[in-house]
Amino acid sequence: MNAFSGQSVRSFKSVVWTAGLVLGLAVVLAVASLLPENSPFHVSAFAVSLAGKYLAYAMLALSVDLVWGFAGILTLGHAAFFGLGGYAMGMYLMREIGARGAYGDASLPDFMVFLSWKRLPWYWWGTDHFAWAMLLVLVVPALLAGIFGWLAFRSRVSGVYLSIITQALTYALMLAFFQNGFGFGGNNGLTDFKDILGADLHRPATRAVLLVVTGGALAAGLLASRFIVGSRFGNLLVAVRDSENRTRFLGYRPDQVKLLVWVFSAMLAAIGGALYVIQVGIINPGEFAPANSIEAVIWVAVGGRGTLSGAVLGAILVNFGKTLFTAWLPEFWLYGLGLLFIGTTLFLPSGLMGLWRPVRAAPPEEITPEVSAPEGEHS
Amino acid sequence: MTDALLLDVRNVSVSFDGFRAINALSLALKAGEMRAIVGPNGAGKTTMMDIITGKTRPDSGTVTFKGHDLTRLDEPVIARLGIGRKFQKPTVFEALTVTENLLLSLKGIRSPFSVLFARESVQERQRLAELLSLIRLENMADFRAGDMSHGQKQWLEIGMLMGQEPDLLLVDEPVAGMTDAETMATADLLREINKTRSVVVVEHDMDFVRALDVPVTVLHEGSVLAEGTLDEVSADPRVIEVYLGR
Repeated sequence: MNAFSGQSVRSFKSVVWTAGLVLGLAVVLAVASLLPENSPFHVSAFAVSLAGKYLAYAMLALSVDLVWGFAGILTLGHAAFFGLGGYAMGMYLMREIGARGAYGDASLPDFMVFLSWKRLPWYWWGTDHFAWAMLLVLVVPALLAGIFGWLAFRSRVSGVYLSIITQALTYALMLAFFQNGFGFGGNNGLTDFKDILGADLHRPATRAVLLVVTGGALAAGLLASRFIVGSRFGNLLVAVRDSENRTRFLGYRPDQVKLLVWVFSAMLAAIGGALYVIQVGIINPGEFAPANSIEAVIWVAVGGRGTLSGAVLGAILVNFGKTLFTAWLPEFWLYGLGLLFIGTTLFLPSGLMGLWRPVRAAPPEEITPEVSAPEGEHS
Repeated sequence: MTDALLLDVRNVSVSFDGFRAINALSLALKAGEMRAIVGPNGAGKTTMMDIITGKTRPDSGTVTFKGHDLTRLDEPVIARLGIGRKFQKPTVFEALTVTENLLLSLKGIRSPFSVLFARESVQERQRLAELLSLIRLENMADFRAGDMSHGQKQWLEIGMLMGQEPDLLLVDEPVAGMTDAETMATADLLREINKTRSVVVVEHDMDFVRALDVPVTVLHEGSVLAEGTLDEVSADPRVIEVYLGR
């Protein structure tokens, strides 16, 4: 290595591989699902939607790893952004139903007719346009993350305190979305979607395309994240994570540094949420449940924090395990998940990615959450 | 003479929960000067540095640096104005290499967006080489900072301070925990740095202060007790009383 390359010991070559693998997998599964049913390589529609779900979750995991692994922000509320992205997409899908709903109202979604609303609330305006809805997918979570992060980072809230308020954030959203009057279908959420951009959501070809799009989005997210953490900004993130005070005395503003990656991460999670909703076919307030955000942290821990690839790997494997487990022994899944987390923390502190590279210049990142009291260099 | 003042701390006081950490402290530093600050524990040395660097806001008094009132500014702004601070405990970015640490310190790009798209320039590469040779860590450029010895970390931090190209360096107990050889080498390094920059060193180690051979300010209970050469202040009965007890 060139002495002045400024290249980190943390290089992320595996990320490019992971991006290729994820996209390749999505394409292969998509093509296989379109083969005739008697073909030995045929993949069922169920498997395709399952794969789509895993990849969407992987995107959430990736967004968590960006802030937790690199900026040291242990977020326990990232499902908030995932859910908001999902709801924005769900709004568009609801409007696409049009007059085909149970009540046959062309302008109002079924649940609004049921609540005998006469007019569309203002925040639903324009959601029948795909482009506007996509803008909402990105902008709403980014705005929330921006305001939340600006307040939290400016007042130097960090460590467990920050983790707790991220939980509060997602919990508050859950309570809000549960209310019928909030205008998002309350308890039932948004569902019964028919098509997207005129394409029938139940046709295998549509589902195949959606899977490829999800794979592509995840691959793009991986590469974008790799660019960020591989840049000088990535070093600055690690610097802020390990010694925020030092960066301040070097003339940086750590609050702005964290805000930038936080907002980007929220948008990434939101895209994952939007893709999730199309393929799963429903979004309800349960997506904001605090446990969901914690689960996402476990995926990252299992895969390997601060590696990007590990987040994707962890999300896919743990969710695959969850699918199997909940089919065989549904009541034991939570115990299994708990054991997995404890086991990872004790025996595999750098996650599955740690097995990949047993000998490396850099010792593994600590998995312990930064339980830092408000900083102080008192002597 | 006063027109060449780089740093002018005037009549500064600050209390924490009723405890007067700094009490009507005044301190003036000329451009190019090096000053050693000594004093028993609790004399207010670190608090004084906190005030100058914007970490602590004084209750009263003024702190002027190059015509700016530092009491109205925060840490990043003061750092960019040209004050570098070295902490007592070596504070480097342990997960990054020596080169990466230095690169982040280099004067210039500070806004997050420009850092994101920054590419290493020829000038930066040159500065890195100069800094590495100044702190004698050329052979360790790609070492993880966390894997280095205590003394090497101290030097790296001094290198990072130099990377900021400050007019004034505030150095808090740089030789604490160093071997005698490292201590003397550090004194040489600081004298070398003082050829181009002003330096304030807080230190307990009297051999080190003697090796620096610069004017000494003695702090006691938050104000200046005595000023002069090391020999002068060590002969001062008040200083002896403070250090040896009554």
